[in-house]
Amino acid sequence: MSEITLLSALTLAMARAMEEDENVVILGQDVAVNGGVFRATEGLLERFGNERVLDTPLAETMIAGMAVGMAAEGLRPVAEFQFMGFSYPAIDQLLNHGGRLRNRSRGRLTCPLVFRTPMGAGIHAPEHHSDSTEVMFAHIPGLRVVIPSSPARAYGLLLASIRDPDPVVFLEPTRLYRALREDVADDGEALPLDTCFTLRQGSDVTLVTWGAMVKETLAAADSLEADGISAEVVDVATLKPLDTETILASVEKTGRLVIIHEAAKTGGFGGEIAAQVAEHGLLHLQAPIGRVCGYDVVPPLPKLEDAFLPSEARIVEAAESAVAFA
Amino acid sequence: MTTLVKQGRIRVKRKTPGEVFECGVDADRTIATFAVRYLQHLDPSGQPVGPLPSFAEDAEVMTALYKSMVLTRTFDGRAISLQRTGQLGTYPSCLGQEAIGTGVASVMADDDVLLTTYREQAAHIWRGVTLEEIFQYWGGDERGSDFSGPRRDFPVCVTIAAHAVHAVGVASAMKLRHEPRVAVCVLGDGATSKGDFYEAVNLAGVWRLPVVFVINNNQWAISVPRHAQTAAETLAQKAIAGGFEGVQVDGNDIVAVRQAATDAIETARTGGGPGLIEALSYRMGDHTTADDAGRYRPKDEASNHQSKDPVARLRAFLDDRGWWSKEKEKTLIAKCKARVEEAKEAYLAIVPEETTAMFDHLYETLPPALAAQRNIAAGGDDE
Repeated sequence: MSEITLLSALTLAMARAMEEDENVVILGQDVAVNGGVFRATEGLLERFGNERVLDTPLAETMIAGMAVGMAAEGLRPVAEFQFMGFSYPAIDQLLNHGGRLRNRSRGRLTCPLVFRTPMGAGIHAPEHHSDSTEVMFAHIPGLRVVIPSSPARAYGLLLASIRDPDPVVFLEPTRLYRALREDVADDGEALPLDTCFTLRQGSDVTLVTWGAMVKETLAAADSLEADGISAEVVDVATLKPLDTETILASVEKTGRLVIIHEAAKTGGFGGEIAAQVAEHGLLHLQAPIGRVCGYDVVPPLPKLEDAFLPSEARIVEAAESAVAFA
Repeated sequence: MTTLVKQGRIRVKRKTPGEVFECGVDADRTIATFAVRYLQHLDPSGQPVGPLPSFAEDAEVMTALYKSMVLTRTFDGRAISLQRTGQLGTYPSCLGQEAIGTGVASVMADDDVLLTTYREQAAHIWRGVTLEEIFQYWGGDERGSDFSGPRRDFPVCVTIAAHAVHAVGVASAMKLRHEPRVAVCVLGDGATSKGDFYEAVNLAGVWRLPVVFVINNNQWAISVPRHAQTAAETLAQKAIAGGFEGVQVDGNDIVAVRQAATDAIETARTGGGPGLIEALSYRMGDHTTADDAGRYRPKDEASNHQSKDPVARLRAFLDDRGWWSKEKEKTLIAKCKARVEEAKEAYLAIVPEETTAMFDHLYETLPPALAAQRNIAAGGDDE
């Protein structure tokens, strides 16, 4: 075991998946010789050769559609889109084809692909490099939407995603790529998809989040503990299909829920979680559901970026007011 | 590459050893030209316009093509009448374009992959998709796309040109596995205006993929005519931007279509890279049964194209060779009608799937999150 970044954990997972299954291929812009713009695929070309690590022309629709075609032929393509803001042509392919192929051919053709893309703000990047639009993918039937929040979960969830027989959109929090290190055993053990991870046990309030906001949420839980409030932290990890059970069980225990996400509030995935809890767990709630989200604005350029990102202080405040609600 | 500007002249110096050259000519000059071949073997009256390829001298091959085209046309007419009587959903007729699908499919190998738009019933029929399955699909049942014959072929692509990028993916898989297989992608003229098409053509060229694009240029994309679609003189030349050849053929001449397809598919199969065939045809019917071409198409245009009909042309050719007769025609028509009626009866007798089927093929294993909704669809209680 060694302490590695989330980015290195992704590389390890892809290498492991390529080693165990010759059908796994990597494709995208700059993924081969350059190792990807963030170096997530560094070293894979040297190790697995240019028939399995493919630099493509600069054309996102083609990358997405090519992956659908490869997957239908039995390959397991792992396609990288350089930033979430550049991945939207892939929505056409996922919504109209990738997510439907199994269903519309009644299982004759399938689509075991993974689309990887960095998501989120916080790295002082140019325009279109800071989006958190996971909910647009989570609305699409037939897909899985997976977001890791630590090196170990990045390794285990990416392995699981590549092995999964259906299409997976794997969204990588850019802000966490190199922000923390963790011991990760390259043992080929996948983590379960469709399952939330309870990262911290607590009894007073449930904090539900995913991706980069896990960092601020865990920090907020520490602050709350200092104030005598015991917060449980749930990392959703797979937005679709959603593990409502774990969230409901936590709310049943704590009676209070705050949902935290970086994406814009209106129509954000937090709304779906709130609705599920309202439908199935209303009587466990002792306070209104709180949401700490990105504002309904265009993610600002770097000068205002910090003011846009939900802060630890906002999370603490929302948790405190949920606990204080009588 | 370094560029030196010197007294109004450009000198280009390539750094690679052995490739150093200097142009030293005027900056404004022609550096590339292109030509597009046009291929026709039978004129509209079925007469050869020159020497024929050898397959056209084979009575068995030519009558098989004819029989499949007539079956397609019989099926197509029946599908329209079923739609008109409420027994089929919206249906896109392929009337007048039968030579394209038949000619192309007839030279594909069984394990090649066909990816088409929704107007290539002729190709599907040749490839072994059953008439019953085609009825079933247009009748609103997903099982119609679970082809019993060509298991690797894609279901029809309804979103325009999206299957062009699937085709380069399929071809990439074939190439990476060093398989002597080819992906064949049939699109309409309107599809060549889409980015998906250009992106696919670009990749096909730069990776030298075993893929053949066939443009069924039937002159109309719903109400927009070919001349309003692009200023390009031919659609075939769009391949040239991708670095490979595009040829234009008389798409109502099955001999020309089949020959062009043979050349392109065999080139692709043997590592020679992609091909593109623009097959000139005409959409004799409406866009679909939900469309009325009378709203936008000159009144006599379709009837003026009758004289170029692909089925009549091949029939005339067969007649001239003495390979066909009124008697054979009568038997064939009767057989085709009987087959189509049999398929229609079988289609109408199909029991609809359980409502839960909409859940059961979405993922390999139904996620627990969908169990409650599936239960409601099955008639269970909403929680």
